[in-house]
Amino acid sequence: MMPLVHRLIFWETPVEIGTIIYSLGCFPTQADLHDFTAEVEEGHTGYIHLDKFLPVMTKVLLENKYPPIPEDLLLQAFEVLDKEKKGYLEPEDLTKYMTQEGDVFTQEEMDEMLTALVDHEKNLIYYKDLINLLTIDPDM
Amino acid sequence: MGCGMGKSKLQLKKSIRAALLIQRWYRQYVARLEMRRRCTWNIFQSIEYAGEQDQIKLYNFFGFLMDHFTPASSERNLISHIFRENEICRDTEWERYFCYKDIEVPDSYTGPHLTFPMTFCGVSKLVEAFKHKQLHARYVLQLLGETWRLLRILPNINQVSACHTKEITICGDLHGHLEDLLLIFYKNGLPSSEKPYVFNGDFVDRGKNSLEILLILFGFLLVYPNDVHLNRGNHEDHIVNLRYGFTKEVLGKYRMHGKKILKLLQKIFSWLPLATVIDHKVLIVHGGISDTTDLNTIARVDRHKYVSVLRPPKPTHHAVNGSKTQMMNNRNREAGGLVEGRRRVCSLTYHSSNGLAHQIVDMLWSDPMPQNGCSPNEVRGGGCYWGPDVSEEVLGKHNLQLLIRSHECKQEGYEFCHNRRVLTIFSASNYYEVGSNRGAYIRMGPDLVPHFIQYQASRTSREFTLRQSIGWTERSALRALKEQLFVHKSDLISAFHEFDPNNTGLISLSHWASVTEKVLNLGLPWRVLRPQLVSSTRYGMVDYHQWIRELSITEPKLEISDNSILETMYKNHSNLETIFRIIDTDHSGLISFEEFRQTWKLLSSHLKTEISDKAIADLAQSIDFNKDGSIDINEFMEAFRLVDLSAHS
Repeated sequence: MMPLVHRLIFWETPVEIGTIIYSLGCFPTQADLHDFTAEVEEGHTGYIHLDKFLPVMTKVLLENKYPPIPEDLLLQAFEVLDKEKKGYLEPEDLTKYMTQEGDVFTQEEMDEMLTALVDHEKNLIYYKDLINLLTIDPDM
Repeated sequence: MGCGMGKSKLQLKKSIRAALLIQRWYRQYVARLEMRRRCTWNIFQSIEYAGEQDQIKLYNFFGFLMDHFTPASSERNLISHIFRENEICRDTEWERYFCYKDIEVPDSYTGPHLTFPMTFCGVSKLVEAFKHKQLHARYVLQLLGETWRLLRILPNINQVSACHTKEITICGDLHGHLEDLLLIFYKNGLPSSEKPYVFNGDFVDRGKNSLEILLILFGFLLVYPNDVHLNRGNHEDHIVNLRYGFTKEVLGKYRMHGKKILKLLQKIFSWLPLATVIDHKVLIVHGGISDTTDLNTIARVDRHKYVSVLRPPKPTHHAVNGSKTQMMNNRNREAGGLVEGRRRVCSLTYHSSNGLAHQIVDMLWSDPMPQNGCSPNEVRGGGCYWGPDVSEEVLGKHNLQLLIRSHECKQEGYEFCHNRRVLTIFSASNYYEVGSNRGAYIRMGPDLVPHFIQYQASRTSREFTLRQSIGWTERSALRALKEQLFVHKSDLISAFHEFDPNNTGLISLSHWASVTEKVLNLGLPWRVLRPQLVSSTRYGMVDYHQWIRELSITEPKLEISDNSILETMYKNHSNLETIFRIIDTDHSGLISFEEFRQTWKLLSSHLKTEISDKAIADLAQSIDFNKDGSIDINEFMEAFRLVDLSAHS
């Protein structure tokens, strides 16, 4: 597990710390990521040393500090946004929430999310189907 | 009223919490995809570079044989035959050989007719025509002949000025991807005096329109010699072309005149300039630099004498002004005995100026690395890895501000490194697989600030989602990886046995990962890949016999009694093809049984394995499909191509 982290940082464009933590199966909030980064960052260089990262990350994993989001909770979250309980969301509505509330998305993130989630024929987001599809390891 | 406000405030809080949850979930999903993409990338790149290293090892082996065998040895004769040096002819004699004038163009020819001197109209016509037609051999030779004549008067380093409010366009590797070149021309416009271009090498190999790309680039070069600049890449090398498809492409498209065309291209490649400098500030080379790079030295070399980087030195002529064909040999042999880190200065075994050869190899083969220093590029087998300190030093020494290079495929088509002092530009989109990467080109004005335009050639109009394109590319990478695993199955199984002393057939996951890496030596994150390579594990153990079976690669059904020879064949597929094509000096596509036998003898020396004469004879018999005593190279290679069963499911 850890050697992967080392090699990918080493040879490729630097990867974001959030990406690594997410890909190890954790679901931190942006606030969690800020705290984590603060604990391991090399001064204000914007870089993180593997030696500092490993023990902190190991602890996170052993403590299950950022557990996954249960499917039913996720479904409820969508249903909160789907006020009229139609079973789907309009792209404009989702965009409004994602780019204005919480840990807002950038335009780029929003565009990619829409490409990934919107049913291209109906131009709607059928969230119930998506949760299943995207939560388990995306394997096509 | 209090009640109403409280309710909507609560609703707002709920929405914010919901939004946070969805954002977190979605970012996690994207991150997992990003890691998969990087893994896939690693797979493709590792396999690609391992192939390059493989070829260089083969050539080092030939060099070794040349040095250490007595003249009586038949192997040595074969190698001399293989590496028959260019006869020393004067250029005028070559011009007669390459003359196109006797080649008639039949009335039935529907392709473009060229007139010389080339005009802008003529080349644009060519660009259009290449979408569907092939240029007649007569015109090919004529165009190439003119190109050769022009290149001979160009300097080693093109000096370009961006000062006249002209923006320069810089393109990276094209590798025979005509659709990408056409896309660039469509987006950016055709080359002209108002629209200067620099093409940074690797025009050929891998893609299927290498020749068309060359003819177009040469055409524009002829029309605008001051505004179109070509740099040599490591694939502008006829021996590399034997392995990576360009030779095959030319011979396939021009059965009668292909050999002549290839010969002329050999000369053209050696005459391509090595670098371009813009306003004395921006250096453009194909591979990169090393700690010994000196542009003043490079400017003075006889670049055309370095025909191929992969050719061993001539066995008999060690005179000072004799063969200057240097190769990776020296550097690699030294690297073998190297203490970690520093490269040694190469010994003066052959030639007093072989330091020059190193500089040229470095320019065409090197890659940047994150750490300081300079070390041999063992992954590719040639050139070096250079660090940010070397960039600073070399750029500083020559008063340059930016190094633009290509040579490495990049996901976004371009990438900065070394504190934005080094810029990689790569123009072949979908290089590893459809959807694997974008291509890009640079526009640069008098302020010398690079601007990037990205693109991706696609055969379908449908947009893939990120997930779909990653999935597609990933499947392709896994297929390639499974093939590699399959061809090493004997080695894998015997290595697994070492960790399974009781012969249970099971091995722990961590042993599985470490063994696989040891055998394949690709530097891949096996444990991350495990879920996609190993379908079932029992209590954290891998049933390795089953695993190998499940790789579902079929072997072609041939009556060959000796299984080990089959495996050698798969493992050395590309090497075999390379050697066959070298032996086939008249490019007929056929080799004799005796040549076939000698090739196998050579290969078995190189691999230090035993291959009996009987096994070779049986093999030859079984693949002489038309029973005429000679072996068709293409048929042979096809017959031993591995087929991934799961690809059809």
